[in-house]
Amino acid sequence: MSSTPQTTDRQPQVSRKILVLGATSGIAEATCRIWATQGASLFLVARNAERLAAVAADLRTRGASYVDTAVADLDDTDTHPQLLAHAVNSLTGMDVAYLAHGILGDQAESEQDFNAAAQILYTNLIAPISLLTWLANFCVQRRAGVIAVLSSVAGDRGRKSNYVYGSSKAGLSAFLAGLRNRVDREGVTILTIKPGPTRTAMTAAMPKSEKFADVDAVAESIVTAIDKRKDVLYVPFQWQPIMFAIRHIPERVFKKMNL
Amino acid sequence: MSTATHPAQQLELPAANEGQQRNGPPPFESWGRYPTYDAKIIPLHWQSDFPTVIDGLHNGVLPVGMGRSYGDVCLLKDGNLILTTGMNRLIDFDAETGLLTAEAGVTLAQILDFAVPRGYFLPVSPGTKYVTLGGAIANDIHGKNHHVAGTFGRHITQFEVVRSDGSRRICSPGENADLYSATIGGLGLTGLVTWATLRLKPIVSRKIDYEGIQFHGIDEFLDLTDRSKDIEYTVSWVDCTSTGRNFARGVFMQGDHSAKRDSLIASLKPKLVFPFDAPGFALNSLSVSLFNTVFFHKQIHKRVVSLQDYEPFFYPLDKVLHWNRMYGKSGLLQFQYVIPWEHAKEGTIAILHEVAKSGLASFLAVLKAFGDVPSPGMMSFPKPGITLALDFPIKPDQSFPLFRRLADMTLEFGGRLYPAKDAAMTATQFQAFYPQWEHFARYRDPMITSSFWERVTQNL
Repeated sequence: MSSTPQTTDRQPQVSRKILVLGATSGIAEATCRIWATQGASLFLVARNAERLAAVAADLRTRGASYVDTAVADLDDTDTHPQLLAHAVNSLTGMDVAYLAHGILGDQAESEQDFNAAAQILYTNLIAPISLLTWLANFCVQRRAGVIAVLSSVAGDRGRKSNYVYGSSKAGLSAFLAGLRNRVDREGVTILTIKPGPTRTAMTAAMPKSEKFADVDAVAESIVTAIDKRKDVLYVPFQWQPIMFAIRHIPERVFKKMNL
Repeated sequence: MSTATHPAQQLELPAANEGQQRNGPPPFESWGRYPTYDAKIIPLHWQSDFPTVIDGLHNGVLPVGMGRSYGDVCLLKDGNLILTTGMNRLIDFDAETGLLTAEAGVTLAQILDFAVPRGYFLPVSPGTKYVTLGGAIANDIHGKNHHVAGTFGRHITQFEVVRSDGSRRICSPGENADLYSATIGGLGLTGLVTWATLRLKPIVSRKIDYEGIQFHGIDEFLDLTDRSKDIEYTVSWVDCTSTGRNFARGVFMQGDHSAKRDSLIASLKPKLVFPFDAPGFALNSLSVSLFNTVFFHKQIHKRVVSLQDYEPFFYPLDKVLHWNRMYGKSGLLQFQYVIPWEHAKEGTIAILHEVAKSGLASFLAVLKAFGDVPSPGMMSFPKPGITLALDFPIKPDQSFPLFRRLADMTLEFGGRLYPAKDAAMTATQFQAFYPQWEHFARYRDPMITSSFWERVTQNL
């Protein structure tokens, strides 16, 4: 009896080295499970030590070749260079960087309290820009690598129900488009991932969350998009035409809608 | 029984589904979709969040998983349901011994996806793989190999129970043995099972050496049972709508894991979903007897031998997600008894007659002989004898009186009913089926209860 699983149709690359920031987020964890099954080497960063340990044990059990972790608050941008250097050192390189940390925030609170809004912008946009600057330069230097980033369909157009979160993701998507334009010619791939509502711990308390996309299917699409070095991924794919339509509603109509 | 955390006691069974007056679907349904209650869902994704997530709650709590039990063991009217399916991480696996430790919200489907490619299989498989590890322990489920392997709980070497006061206990046959025995088959009432260790069994192929044999009557069924003692899996489908010449006709299905080395890839995800609630008239005595006749004759020959994949052998209904919608909005009632050998034959014949006479449609009646491997749980359902599981679409005027009659007959024949399948037994019946219930009640967590427990422990 073999102790390693038989592989299915997708042949994994030999122990791919993947850095995951925000590894305890629902979508990140589901994605990591697929990579672990393929035998990847993983460096996981998250804020909560207990949760991070649970995720790391799971990924080791599923077959990851190597799992190392670091507990860090990614809002603390001063520590980023040291943290990232430590991660690529631990992995002895880096083929994929996956940025998956973020907060949903509280829209109602952000409408009244600028500090709440600023916190969302900081965690979802400013801190990722710090990480992306380091990671992009690292990849450009080696002329290789994929940087995959969780943005959101919410960034495609501001809506009253979540425009603060949406604007943080809009800024992130714009930053990634520009970064891609800069580094594509250097052999570096930037993937902007725009998930629609997905069933995870972050959305579990939202109404109708049972109708949201299955997180394992979303993760499967993300792994494929990284393998194919895509630029932008709407997932599930239906969100691409939906958001196309939403972006093209005239503003004088849109401003009266309840979305 | 008295605690400060009782939800409103339910004194009478509602005649029709209460859910029909509610705006929108209930937040959590059991598989029979009866009864339906309002409750608050509290998703639990991390072991370390319990019991913090229930701080300050007053209406009682109940850990739940996939909602595959049929009645109200997974419901708590106006209470708080701790949804454990997000707590589904693996913790450790020993490829030499097959011991897998995992969080309790992992499903058997997820365990199979992990284990099969590594040459391992579940030690006991129920009729659906969409149940959680915690749910499988809480109901001490059984499968087609009960006569050789006993219940699921026999293959759980240890687990952790966290009580609502935050105390944690590792339970095994040698450590906290009383809480171990109370928790296996304990209907989730003894605390939250955070993780458990399961002993998987080695396989070399996904395939099952299958044999299907037609039988007529209980004598032929018992004869086939007797001759298949060394075969790992046996189960029968029995026609409980026909009388006379076709009374208790059925198909005896048996199988062993193929010993011939073969592919061990993981299963594909199912694509079919039963898309809507079938209208009430879709299931009637005509469509059901038609189904039964087709099922019986689908197997054209008296005896059919084949090599088949484990998915259709163990989980034929999992191919269609939400197949319970076939029963429409009013839901279905399950009835499963075990009657000890002493009265097993006469009891089964009498009950099958009663069901056939009633004309209340039931397909998918499943008949099996339980073996004498002792169940580890204080409240486990299986014991040596014959078990029969039936389902009825709910017709308020007829289904409940029939159910009560069948439950009384079960009691007369010295048998008992399966709480995981039940929505209708009375407190009197439950307390006669499980006289040890008062002893078990001492191990219940004071914060935890279920609509089932409230129903069957009412003061008489």
